[in-house]
Amino acid sequence: MTTTTYAGAAVELNDEGFFMDPNSWTPAMAEEMAKADGIDTLTEPHWTVIDFMRKEYFEKGTGPTVRVLGKTSGVSVKELYLLFPKGPAKMAARIAGIPKPKGCI
Amino acid sequence: MTKRIVILGGGTGGTLTANRLHRHFRHHGSGHQPVEIIVVDQDDHHVYQPGLLFVPFGLAKHSEIVRPRHEQLHRDIEFVQELIDRVDLERDTVVLEGGREFAYDVLVIATGAILAFDETEGLTGPGWNEKVFTFYDLAGATALAAALDKFEGGKLVVNVVDMPIKCPVAPLEFCFLADWYFTERGIRDRVAITYATPLDGAFTKPVASAALASLLEEKQINLVTEFNTGAVEVNVDGLGGKLVGYDGREVPFDLAVVVPMHSGAEFVGRSKGLGDDLNFVPTNKSTLQTNAKPNVFALGDATNVPASKAGSVTHFEGEVLVENIIRFLDHKELDSTYDGHANCFIETGFGKALLIDFNYETEPLTGHFPAGVGMPLLKESRMNHLGKLMFQWVYWHALLQGRDIPGIGADMPTRGKDLPTPDTSIRTTQGAPS
Repeated sequence: MTTTTYAGAAVELNDEGFFMDPNSWTPAMAEEMAKADGIDTLTEPHWTVIDFMRKEYFEKGTGPTVRVLGKTSGVSVKELYLLFPKGPAKMAARIAGIPKPKGCI
Repeated sequence: MTKRIVILGGGTGGTLTANRLHRHFRHHGSGHQPVEIIVVDQDDHHVYQPGLLFVPFGLAKHSEIVRPRHEQLHRDIEFVQELIDRVDLERDTVVLEGGREFAYDVLVIATGAILAFDETEGLTGPGWNEKVFTFYDLAGATALAAALDKFEGGKLVVNVVDMPIKCPVAPLEFCFLADWYFTERGIRDRVAITYATPLDGAFTKPVASAALASLLEEKQINLVTEFNTGAVEVNVDGLGGKLVGYDGREVPFDLAVVVPMHSGAEFVGRSKGLGDDLNFVPTNKSTLQTNAKPNVFALGDATNVPASKAGSVTHFEGEVLVENIIRFLDHKELDSTYDGHANCFIETGFGKALLIDFNYETEPLTGHFPAGVGMPLLKESRMNHLGKLMFQWVYWHALLQGRDIPGIGADMPTRGKDLPTPDTSIRTTQGAPS
């Protein structure tokens, strides 16, 4: 676990860089994390995905996988990879301040 | 009044559940009420699915791995062969495609997973069953056998499109057997084998992943990780093609063996309140009662529980599920002891196999199963290979019949396992005899 500062506030991250407490996240932090990940500006479709992931997480206890995102977020899997090139589920989950979506076995 | 239990699906889970329930209720019923058991399936072909792996290599034939479903069920269990339209949870009723309805006291969903070929662009397009195959169904495995027989060299790519899939070790086993098969044919030096997986390693759990990755290396099988297949493209000359990843990476092939995405059965999607976005049934991972309604239970590949989609999981779940149906009908508290136990042989070629044994909490470890003296875990051995072969007999004659198999129970054994020491490192010595 590490502590880092986003948008002027201290937040705790796990070893893989995911938020320990999704409630400590703010939209301004997302902008900052996205920049560090090579996304200059978070556009409207980015926010559609981020908002959807947070909603799913708070409803279901885990963020959606890429496949479920593609089926239910209104953004196709192809577009998801264009928006979040380093792997949509992981990258978007990190920027959205939620834990890494549970992989299946 | 007769209590009616309707079981959807006559595969591993449905069959062993029906036979176990029948054995329990046949003399006394539930609370002295007779119990009627009905199994519904769309066809009468029960496939021994672990056998599909062997078909492409000519090691198993259609006739050896398929038997009539109804013959695996006790004769007092009614078998209905028809497509399922939907489950009406409000009316506790199953509606079949022909319009026939079955009201139930308890429903069991055991309809497994289906292969979602359409979700991968180009998978079943040009070259399907000519250059691009799957061995996850009997037709595909049979077509692949003919193609492998004619294959004289080139790039063989084995690809998992996305998790979850049935038997996550099967694609690795396919690679190992391909290595053996081409060695036997004397053309191994002309075949490049690549395993492309969406995972970040050879397998999901760290200890097993490392062991399997070194086996791949030893057998000179290339490992491509974090590969998310966006499309399968076959060249216009029909002589090969490439897998195209969403991240732009490409994996060229002369012959591709693809494990398609999996979904739950289609009727789940037509049944309001029953399934999730992928048509799997949200189910309590310890009791196997669904989230949909207290009188609806589910097991095996049909559920969303975080265990492998494997026959052994279904088998172990069955023990807890049957106990819970009995308790539910008796208005007793459910047993919440299913621990996610899974147990898989991993065929590694040349007459050898590994064995892994794990549950929700404990990853596959080294040591011995089921105790200090037993089959070696995560280590190649002839004994494990023989165990895998013998298991087919056990499957038809004991597992499906719902008989207990000595030494193999629902709870994962820890005796004989090299459990992590307090400093969390893994001991590599063998477990002490107990």
